[in-house]
Amino acid sequence: MTDESLSLVDDAIEHEVINDRRSWLKESLAPLLTFATLVALWEFAADYFGIPAWLLPSPSTIAVAFVEWRGELWNHSLTTLYETIVGFALSIGLAVPLAVAVVYSPFLRKCIYPILLALQSVPKVAIAPLLALWIGFGALPKIIVVFLVCFFPIIVATATGLASVPGPVMDLIRSLSANQLQTFIKIRFPTAMPHIFVGLKIAITFAVIGAVIGEFVGSESGLGYLILVSSSQARTPVAFAALAILTIMSIVLYYIVEFIERLAVPWAANN
Amino acid sequence: MPASVRQPKEPFDASPRMSGTVNAAMEKITLQGIHKAYLTSSGRTVALQDVNLKVANDEFVALVGPSGCGKSTLLRIISALIRPSRGTASINNAPVLSPSRDVGIVFQQAVLLPWRSVLDNVLLPAEILGLDIKKARERAYQLLEMVHLTGFEARRPNELSGGMQQRAAICRALIHSPSVLLMDEPFAALDAMTREELGFELLRIWTIEKKTIIFVTHNIPEAILLADRVVAMSPRPGRISEIVKIDLPRPRTLDMQFTQKFKGYSDRVRAVIDQGQEKQHKKRGDE
Repeated sequence: MTDESLSLVDDAIEHEVINDRRSWLKESLAPLLTFATLVALWEFAADYFGIPAWLLPSPSTIAVAFVEWRGELWNHSLTTLYETIVGFALSIGLAVPLAVAVVYSPFLRKCIYPILLALQSVPKVAIAPLLALWIGFGALPKIIVVFLVCFFPIIVATATGLASVPGPVMDLIRSLSANQLQTFIKIRFPTAMPHIFVGLKIAITFAVIGAVIGEFVGSESGLGYLILVSSSQARTPVAFAALAILTIMSIVLYYIVEFIERLAVPWAANN
Repeated sequence: MPASVRQPKEPFDASPRMSGTVNAAMEKITLQGIHKAYLTSSGRTVALQDVNLKVANDEFVALVGPSGCGKSTLLRIISALIRPSRGTASINNAPVLSPSRDVGIVFQQAVLLPWRSVLDNVLLPAEILGLDIKKARERAYQLLEMVHLTGFEARRPNELSGGMQQRAAICRALIHSPSVLLMDEPFAALDAMTREELGFELLRIWTIEKKTIIFVTHNIPEAILLADRVVAMSPRPGRISEIVKIDLPRPRTLDMQFTQKFKGYSDRVRAVIDQGQEKQHKKRGDE
């Protein structure tokens, strides 16, 4: 290849890189712009039609509430975040080992799976008041709701993943007379990892909802409590601010799990 | 099938086609009266019927036949992944009851673990068998160099082409220096060019590291070009129809494919396999 044609190739590559950057900009700009437009429309409508703040606060009113109530919002956010993370972690800590047990023991699977399915089918909103009745108003009943909400997706994903070792890989490992522990550590668990993260990503989006459900039923703190109290006192802008924090919390937690996934299972994230 | 219609001749050492007999001390693999039957929903399927074969030390034997002739089943029996219904498979004059350390296996798919680098994939058997990892790593580098994968040690399998993946798989099968290499249609998933290339690469490896190789394929020219003996198998029930000794000089070259001798072998093997299939069709017609 001549120098000239090489430089042409270089140009082409450079173009591609620039185009890539442009399309990335476009992709991240498009949703932001849509969001900004909607907010602007909302602001304008609230102002134009004179909608009272207690009914539907305008974005600017919500922003003001954000600043005025920042201390309260922060404290309640911490409570909800704590309940969410502890419940989620508890769920991982119990669901993953149980999934391992279920995969290795068909008997256990037959015992546990129907109960799990039944438990999953019970609306968590209905369980929450009972938990409040039994355990009280502390953080524990909320943690349990979060735990219950997360448990099913994690255990199902983990069990599926552990059982998804391809036949030829099993042949390979059997031809080496690998023992159960080696098979688990070197083959089964890494094979299951991408599946486990699918379960975790589904679970984390439910987790925040679980915490709020718990707080709605009976509590003295948390964003769910704040929403309940401020809307009953017609302080709707505060409720909206809390709602915005909940949304952001959920999204951020999801991306944190996805980030950990990229570190933990880079071979799957590439595909 | 009545007992009288079984193999007309002992297909191993008594065969007049073979130059001399395989002497007992040189025998690496012995298959004696292997039967394998499966129970399926449609009844009992005989996958293998009375298979007898002796493979000499450092011999390259190809098993050829259409799908359903039980060639892969036979390989799985030798590697102790499945048990025969009757008969015994022996390696080094000892019956195989569990997978032998003296065996390396290459499958149709490379079966590399996606989370491991090429080097770590090659090292997997060494880890599981509890070998000295430092020494194994040295050997892995040598093997990867031998198959021209130097520089790719740290890559992930999905960054490699199909041919390169299969090369890494061959290294993995050789890492613990087994004396037997069992290959189950190892190049079937590759394109024709890569397939030829890897065939010759395998022969080159075989001259560097002497191994007893059983190579399963459905590709007749490939079998003839690579093997010392071609074992032609027929389906339903899977059995050995004939063993053809390939008297082509080594090193083998691609041009040999166009010689009259090669064509003779090819026609012979094809005829044997076709015959076996015809019999089967006739039998079906009679029923």
